[in-house]
Amino acid sequence: MEYIYAFITGGVICVIGQLLMDATKLTAPRVLVILVVSGALLQAFQLYEPLVEFASTGARVPLPGFGYNLAKGAMEGASKGILDAVTGGVKAAAGGISVAIGWGYIIALIFNPKSVR
Amino acid sequence: MTADNKQKKKQVAKAYEKYTKQFTPKPKYFTNSLKAFLIGGLICAVSLWIENRFIAAGSDEKDAAVYVVIILVMTAQLLTGIGWFDTIGKYAGAGVIVPITGFANSMVAPAIEYKKEGIVLGVGAKLFSLAGPVLVSGITLSMIIGIVYWVIGK
Amino acid sequence: MKQRKQTIYFRNRPYILSGFSIAGKKEGNGPMSSWFDRVIEDDTYGESTWEKSESKMLKTAMTEAVRKSGRSNDEIGAMLSGDLLNQLMSSSFMARDMHIPFLGMYGACSTMTESLMLGSVLVDGGYSDNVIIGASSHYCTAERQFRMPLEHGNQRPPSAQWTATAAGAMLIAQKSDSDDTECSMIDADGDIHQLRKVRVESGTIGKIIDAGVKDSNQMGSAMAPAAIDTILNHLEDTGRSMDYYDIVLTGDLGYTGKQIVIDLLEDAGIDRNTISNVYNDCGAMIYKPEQDTHSGGSGCGCSASVFAGYVYKQMMTGNIRRALIISTGALLSTISPFQGESIPGIAHAISLESE
Repeated sequence: MEYIYAFITGGVICVIGQLLMDATKLTAPRVLVILVVSGALLQAFQLYEPLVEFASTGARVPLPGFGYNLAKGAMEGASKGILDAVTGGVKAAAGGISVAIGWGYIIALIFNPKSVR
Repeated sequence: MTADNKQKKKQVAKAYEKYTKQFTPKPKYFTNSLKAFLIGGLICAVSLWIENRFIAAGSDEKDAAVYVVIILVMTAQLLTGIGWFDTIGKYAGAGVIVPITGFANSMVAPAIEYKKEGIVLGVGAKLFSLAGPVLVSGITLSMIIGIVYWVIGK
Repeated sequence: MKQRKQTIYFRNRPYILSGFSIAGKKEGNGPMSSWFDRVIEDDTYGESTWEKSESKMLKTAMTEAVRKSGRSNDEIGAMLSGDLLNQLMSSSFMARDMHIPFLGMYGACSTMTESLMLGSVLVDGGYSDNVIIGASSHYCTAERQFRMPLEHGNQRPPSAQWTATAAGAMLIAQKSDSDDTECSMIDADGDIHQLRKVRVESGTIGKIIDAGVKDSNQMGSAMAPAAIDTILNHLEDTGRSMDYYDIVLTGDLGYTGKQIVIDLLEDAGIDRNTISNVYNDCGAMIYKPEQDTHSGGSGCGCSASVFAGYVYKQMMTGNIRRALIISTGALLSTISPFQGESIPGIAHAISLESE
C-alpha cells in the first residue's frame, strides 16, 4: 500500500510541474525554483511533514522534498542555537548536494556532448 | 503621450497574440501530464523500494533516505553523460525533471556543454548555471526559516 | 502615397555566378537533400568544438562557391558573411585564413538576403568585380547560446523551431564569362538543359517590426509581421502583383509563421490560389513533418542553404524564372528575453531573375 501512496503522490507533484511548464511560459529552471521554494515554505508552516508521513519517498524525491529537507534541517537546528539554525538546512541536504557536485563534475569531465538526433 | 503609446503597443501585442493563437499548435496537456504522472510516480515508488532494502539491510531511516537521493542523483547524471537523459526527458517531461533526477541533470548538462571552455570556468562554473538558482533560493530560504524559528523559540 | 521607397533596383543586374550549399545529417535526411551540394555525415564535421564545425561548414561553402565560379581568392573584392553566434564567431574565424577583405553581417536569420543585397550593391555600384556572400547556423552552437544545453532533459514546446545545421554561399559578379563555367547540365531524367544565368534584379530593405511577441519559442509568429511588411512594400514599390513571381519564399517562419503569412496575405487582398501556387517557406520545406522538429526549421543556414541550393539550381535550369526570396530574422539577444523585451522581427527581400 505504501508503494501506491508514494506512486500517486509523486505522480501528482510531477503533473503539477508539467502543467506549470506547458500552460505557462515558465522554463524548466524556473519551475524547479518554484517547486523547491514552495516545498520549503510549506514545511515552514509544517504543512509538508504530513504529506511526507503519508507518501514517504513520493513526497521526498520530487523537488519540493528537497525544499522540505532544507527547511526541516533549519527548523531542527533552530532549537539548538543560532549557528545550527543557519547551517541546519545545508547539513540536512548535504548528501545530495555533495554527490550532485562531485559526481556531476567527474561525469562532465569524462563525457562529451552529443549532437541531437 | 509616451504612456499612451505604451498602452497602445500593449494592446497591439495582446491582439496579435490572440490572433496568432489560432495558428500556434498547443501542447498535449493530457498525454504530457499522464506520462509525467506515470514516470514520476514510478521513480518515487522505486525509490521507496530501494529505501526499504537499505532499511532491511540495517541502516537507519535517515541514512537510507540519503542513500536513495545519492543513487538517484548518480544514475541521472550518468544517464546525462552517456546522452540518454535528454531522450528520456523528451518523452517523460516533468516526470524526470521534477524528481531530484531533474536537478542532477540540470547540473551536468551545461557542464558537459561547456567542457571546451576549460575545467575551471567551463565545467566548474557551468555546473551551477541552471542548478545554481535552485540551490540559492532553497538555501537562502532555509537560513531565513532557521533564523525565524530561532527567534520565535527564544 | 508614401514619400520613401524601400526598394532598390540594380541597374547592371549583377550575376550570381555560383552557389554552394552544405547541410548537416538531419537536414540531409529531409526533402531538400538532393538540392544540397554536400551533406555532412557527422555534425561535428571532424572538429573538436561545435563552433569550429560551423565555421568549417561556412568555409567549405565559401571556398567551393569561389572554386565553382572559376575565380581565385585574389579576384574577390569582398566577403560578406554572418551567423547567429556572439560577435559573429563562425564568420570571423572562417575569414581568418581566406585572405579576402571581410565585412561581418548580423541580421540574425535574415543574414543571407542582407549580405546578398549589400554584396549586390558593391558589385552593381562598380566597387568590386566579384563579391562572395554567405551565412551559416548550427543546431548545437545556437541551442546552447540561446536556449538550453543539449543534454538537458527539457521538452521543447510544439511551437519551437529547429535551428538548421547548414550553410550557403553565393558569388556575385559584374560580368558573367560563360566560357570558363559549365553551360549545360544533365538532370536526373537524362535531359540536357542549357544553363541560364541568374541575376539580381532588385531588393527591398525591411523595417524592424515588433508585434510584441515575447516568447522565444514562437519565432514564427514574431517574424511573420516583418515578412508581410516587406513583401507588401516590395509589391507596392515595384507595382507588381504576387503572381509576377514564380516563387515567393520566406526564410524561416516554420509551419506556424507560414500559416500566419498566408492568412495575412489573404487579408491584404491577394488571391488564395496565387498564394498557394507561389508562396512557401524554407523552414517548412527543409524538414519532413515526421522528423520531429515541431514547428519546422530556423537559423541563417536554413534560408542560406535552400536559396543557394534549391532556388539557385532551379533558376539555372529555368524551372523558376523569377523568384522573390525573403530571409526573415528575429533580432533578439541572449539577454533581452530576461529583461522582458519583446522580439523585433526583420525581413529583407531580393528579387532574382534567370535569363
